[in-house]
This record gives sequence, structure tokens and C-alpha cells, in this order.
Amino acid sequence: MRFSGWKVFTEGLTGNRGWAPHWRDPEPKPEYDIVIIGGGGHGLSTAYYLARDHGLTNVAVLEKGYIGGGNVGRNTTIVRANYFLPGNSEFYSHSLKLWEGLSEDLNYNVMHSQRGLINLFHSDGQRDAFARRGNAMINQGDDAVLLDRDGVRRMLPYLDFDNGRFPIHGGLYHPRGGTARHDAVAWGYARGADRRGVDIIQNCEVTGIDIDGGRVTGVQTSRGPIRAGKVAMVAAGRSGQVAAMAGMRLPVESHVLQAFVTEGLKPVIDHVVSFGMGHFYVSQSDKGGLVFGGDLDFYASYAQRGNLPMAEHVMEAGMTLMPMIGKARVLRSWGGIMDMTPDGSPIIDRTDIDGLYLNCGWCYGGFKAVPASGHCLAHLLATGRPHAAAAGFRLGRFRDGVGLMDEEGTGAQHNLH
Amino acid sequence: MRIPCPICGERDRREFYYQGAAVALERPDPEAADDAWDAYVHLRDNPAGLTRDLWYHEAGCAAWIVVTRDTVNHEILDAELAGEAGR
Repeated sequence: MRFSGWKVFTEGLTGNRGWAPHWRDPEPKPEYDIVIIGGGGHGLSTAYYLARDHGLTNVAVLEKGYIGGGNVGRNTTIVRANYFLPGNSEFYSHSLKLWEGLSEDLNYNVMHSQRGLINLFHSDGQRDAFARRGNAMINQGDDAVLLDRDGVRRMLPYLDFDNGRFPIHGGLYHPRGGTARHDAVAWGYARGADRRGVDIIQNCEVTGIDIDGGRVTGVQTSRGPIRAGKVAMVAAGRSGQVAAMAGMRLPVESHVLQAFVTEGLKPVIDHVVSFGMGHFYVSQSDKGGLVFGGDLDFYASYAQRGNLPMAEHVMEAGMTLMPMIGKARVLRSWGGIMDMTPDGSPIIDRTDIDGLYLNCGWCYGGFKAVPASGHCLAHLLATGRPHAAAAGFRLGRFRDGVGLMDEEGTGAQHNLH
Repeated sequence: MRIPCPICGERDRREFYYQGAAVALERPDPEAADDAWDAYVHLRDNPAGLTRDLWYHEAGCAAWIVVTRDTVNHEILDAELAGEAGR
């Protein structure tokens, strides 16, 4: 079933009785060429690009819950390519280019909305840092515009510009940044992979990884053993437990990050806006809710909910930045589990075990990476060589100290990211 | 979340600074191999369940505390002074 204007039109006239499930619900086969542990955004996009670019379709994606139930449905939907450091910069640039063609490529409307993203700055030093970041983005081939105070005021008149503690000096505007509909991203990739022959297997929890003589041979699951030539661990917040099944310890500590959404409002915030002094970011969903968030709760957690101190901190930051937000009632909040690496940058690499691959450490920024993460992991799985855009995401960079990517400049230590 | 400081009693989480898994108490020998230092500085058990964290009572008595905590439901089972836990 392909989506088209004609299909929507005829279904509308015939009671919408012709729609079929978007992907099959196959029984797991006893053996696959490649098994992907984790049916989130990254796992599904990996499967999609394996099939699309490399013709590898004897592939299974194993998801312990249901498609869209994990972090791919627990983020704040922001898509951007405003990274600074070499290694990260070209990767997110690559990802944004994939985003820009994604709806057509998948024949699935992921509602990618390039409404523009503005990072505010509040001091001279911060302006210099953002000017430098903007130059790095332009050198990378992406777009960035340094706005002064009046420039920001014209675009975002509702901000509190004369706040005593954090007056707004300007902002770094990234016009190609924006948002996308997160569920549609998961569903679109699942459907795209399924149509090419990949098995999407839900309610199938991996309980063990079989290794024989230093080589991976398959996985044990809640639906029986599955043999596999290659296994990719793409389990985000649960990466630590999955890797432990292979006897590995990862440079990862899992933390909870909260997000909040208000009741639906008429259009009021046209962009994605982030507050440079309090780590607060906000956008308005197409349904009208203000979607916002802030920092991690800053301690190890697997509870997919947060605690009140950080909720209070986020609300305070929001009120400081845009007092009008106080009129909106918060509808709900939720938490996602972030696999935090010491330098805050991800890992896409092979492991010391033959045939076992790792994709993790997306910290609080995995959603925007979904297309390129899958694209680069698929390249690594299919060719055995890292993709140029993700060559810096090495597992061994902590051990040898070469190529750490500490984007925040806070130091390569777990509790600082 | 409220943390029971052994000196001050139960206090708000906001009084504390989180350092991470309580590995600082098992520092390798200075001459130990690279792998031992990598494991100490970077690699973590990262359990979904009981863990031992190191917290600093920054806005209180300034004690370092080892907290035994469940990462799945945030329940705190035990807290002891790091100096005593290390012995």
C-alpha cells in the first residue's frame, strides 16, 4: 500500500475501509544474516538503510515492547544540525540532509517542519561562543545567522528581553532546524524496512547473546533462540544491560530526562527556542501543545519518570524566559532514559567480539540523529568499514583518549553531561 | 527524592551534588594497567536495580555519602558516610 493523494481521496469516499496494517507481524525465523536488538528509531532506520542501500533484507529487528514505545516516542521532536566539534558536526549535517528528503523517501509524512531554531545568548562571552559555533556550522555547509537583540525581538516579541539577571543579547538562528513527528518517524521506518522484507518482531525481548570462540552466533529471546551472523546492539537507555549479556561493560551511565507538554493552544511559538542560561527549550506541536524540557535529573535512573526538583527548575526557566507561558496549563510530563557517555557524544562501532556491533551513547540528543545513525550503522554492518560521517564515534576513544568529543566543554566525566 | 544524610537526617535531593557510581572508593594502583584505569574512569555496571552512588552534601554538612538506591523506582535503601563505606 502506497500513500498518495489519490489513495487518500478514494479512501475518504469509501469509508476508509481499504487501509491495511503498515507492517507485517511475522513469527521470528530461526536464523537471520543480521539481528538488530532494539526497535526504536535508530534500530528501525538501521534496518531500513540495510535494505535500501545494501540490499540486505534477511534482517530482523527485535523489539521488547512495541514500535514507538521507547525513546523514539519520548523526546521533544527537535531536529537540528548546530554542532560545533569535528566528528559531531559532519554527522549531524549528514543527518539533517537525510531528514530533508525523508518523507518522500519513506512515502510517509514524518511532518518534518523546518520552522527555524534560535539559541538565545545572554552575555558577551556567550555571543562570541555562538558566533564561533555559527561559523563552524557554515563551514560545514549548514546555515546559521547571528541575530542581535533587535533581530531576536522582531522574531520573538514575546520574550522577556530586559530580565534583570539574564537580559537577551541576541541569538544564533538556524533556519533549517525544526521539528518532526516522532511517532511517524518510527512508523515510517518500520513500514519502509518491512516493505523491503525486513522482519519487525515486536514483544520479543532479548535475554541472552550467544558467543562462541569470540564470535557472536545469535541471541536468546523471549520467543526462542535466533541464530545470526551479525548482531547490532541498538538499545539506547538499556545498552548497559544488553552489552552485559555479551560480557561487556560500557562507558555509559543511564539518566532520566523529563519533558513536558501543555494543553493545546492557538499558534503562539513559531520556532524552536532555547534559553542559553538555564537550559530550557520550547516549541509548539502541530496539535497546539507547547512542548518543552530542560536538563537531565542528573543521577542514574531507569524510572521513565522524573522527580519534582527538575520539573520546578524547568518551569522556573520557562517563566524567566517567556512569562506568558505561565498562562498555559501543563497537561502531562514524562521521562526517557538517556545512555550518557563521559564526553556526551555517541558510539557507533564494532566491539571486540566478532560480528557484534554497538550503537549507543546518544545522551539527550538521539532523535535528530535517527536517519544518519541508521545510515552509518548500516554502512558499518554491510561493508565492515565505518561511514565517513560517523568515523569519530569510536568505542575505544575513552580508553586511548584520542578523539574525545566534549561538545559542552565540561570535561569527559559521567556526571557532567 | 529525599536522601538520608547520616549526619543531618533526611534532606531534600537539591542539597546534594551527584558524583556518579561509587567507584571512587576502589581507585586502582597508580601503576595499574591502562585497562584498569579505563574501567575505573569510564566503564560502568549501570544496573537497572540496586546501585551505589556517591553524593556530596553540598548545601549541608559537606559529607561525602554512599547511597544504596534502586534506579528503577528511586527508592533509597541505605546511606553511609563514604569514609566508613571505604573501610
